[in-house]
Amino acid sequence: MSVETTFSAAFDVEAVRKDFPILERTVRNGRRLVYLDSGATSQRPRQTMDAEREYYERHNAAVHRGAHQLAEEATDLYESARERIGAFVGSPGNEIVFTKNSTESINLVAYSMSNAATSGAAAARFVVGPGDEVVVTEMEHHANLLPWQMLCQRTGATLKWFGLTDDGRLDLSDVDGVITERTKVVALVHQSNILGTVNPLEQITRRAHEVGALVVLDAAQSVPHMPVDVRDLGVDFLVFSGHKMLGPSGIGVLWGRHDLLDAMPPFLTGGSMIEVVRMEGSTFAPPPQRFEAGVPMTAQAIGLGAAVDYLSALGMSAVAEHERELTAYALEALQQRLRGVRIIGPTDTVARGGAVSFVVDGIHPHDVGQVLDDQGIAVRVGHHCAWPVVRRYGVPATTRATFYIYNDTSDVDALVAGVEHAQRFFGVA
Amino acid sequence: MQLESMYQEIILDHYRDPHGRGLREPYDGESHQVNPTCGDEVTLRVHLDGDVVQDVSYDGLGCSISQASQSVLHDLVVGKPVPQALAIGADFLTLLQSKGDPDVAESMEESLDDAVAFVGVGKYPARIKCALLGWMALKDALGQARIIESGGRDE
Repeated sequence: MSVETTFSAAFDVEAVRKDFPILERTVRNGRRLVYLDSGATSQRPRQTMDAEREYYERHNAAVHRGAHQLAEEATDLYESARERIGAFVGSPGNEIVFTKNSTESINLVAYSMSNAATSGAAAARFVVGPGDEVVVTEMEHHANLLPWQMLCQRTGATLKWFGLTDDGRLDLSDVDGVITERTKVVALVHQSNILGTVNPLEQITRRAHEVGALVVLDAAQSVPHMPVDVRDLGVDFLVFSGHKMLGPSGIGVLWGRHDLLDAMPPFLTGGSMIEVVRMEGSTFAPPPQRFEAGVPMTAQAIGLGAAVDYLSALGMSAVAEHERELTAYALEALQQRLRGVRIIGPTDTVARGGAVSFVVDGIHPHDVGQVLDDQGIAVRVGHHCAWPVVRRYGVPATTRATFYIYNDTSDVDALVAGVEHAQRFFGVA
Repeated sequence: MQLESMYQEIILDHYRDPHGRGLREPYDGESHQVNPTCGDEVTLRVHLDGDVVQDVSYDGLGCSISQASQSVLHDLVVGKPVPQALAIGADFLTLLQSKGDPDVAESMEESLDDAVAFVGVGKYPARIKCALLGWMALKDALGQARIIESGGRDE
């Protein structure tokens, strides 16, 4: 076993763990916390919390307002975080819009598109109406499905989707039939939060751009776990959430190509996002300010800046490699060391990230999760906000383990032992 | 080990060998309930004879707690007058909301019988809804049955 547990990762997991105070606590009567739910939300290192605390203790003020020193410092910190978060995904700062989370980022695009019909000629390319089509996939998190369902409902457009194959991949056998001359938007997930699948983008983006459609990528599960460069992906918009990548909750990002953001009408309106305001009507600031109405989540943006500094110091290639090795170890352990466990999603690490969903014969996922919790192991159970996916694979729900920089093979071993315990407890093994 | 406080043997017995499971005809009211946080669902039917619950039949997907709760519900409610069935449901809700209070469980032994075993579920907020899913369906189905019944009488 010692041979198998020796990883080549370029960082020291034990040292990383020391930065996360929460990993020192115990749960359920003194058990070590085995946190395998980073796909839902990651834990935060001291560095993130210190950045927020220092901001409140030393620099707190409303950004982009006021002539005083604190306002200047707060604005500098906020805008510096924007630049660093942009650089983290290969973007200049002026293409980074701060939102609450990925969900809000996607809604921002969808609502801006329905506002486009009444926003003049400059916004024409965002207009969606009857006869137009919006394309998603059956693999989407509800956050990248419902905003498009609702956009179609508001505008009379038609929703279409790519189905899934039995082995947990997108069915791309008829790309030209799904994405057509009528398609205005293609919205899809980069890495599935439930299957772990990493989707190939090239065929989809090429076809989408051939027909003049915009591509929106839900990168909530990829940006935290692998190197992502927005220029390499060839997409038009990309969204991610701070809380899944060591950052605070309440901060997310919409990245958009500048020419698109520049032409797109606003979603939320109010203070900070204006150019000139008169009683008769108003004009709007250039992006990204156009999309950041009101006093923004300043401490959270600064905290996310510290989080990307932390990840950058580890190196995202090293993070991805660490998770690939851990995922390989988990897939093998769940399939080889246990009986009656079925992986929902790709069963090897090819084009796959570290979200491992599984079902245990004869035990409902809720019960699996309960037994694991009793041993201090935190997993997620249910449909993972991707209800069509569990329906597609004919299961009521799954148990999902997700890995991050502070997990190691001892966590996977605990998971396997926990599932075995559940099988004994319910008398199915 | 706190696990046994939730998964008492009586609950596991009902889960492995549920009583009255399966949907049956005739029925006077039917309810479909879903737990949106986990996707569990139940369809439950009631058949009344006058004011008495003649049968409760049910089918669905769910964890051991939800399945066992529906089995216990069947045992407790069949043969009872509707007001008593609803009172038992209210007691079960109180039991689940007691945060695992053994005194509450003891005070309800007469009303709830085997179902007092669910007291431990009340210590796990995420699971209370599992235990209540069938009981929500019962209340809804009884409401429908009585609407249909009174509608029938009016004609």
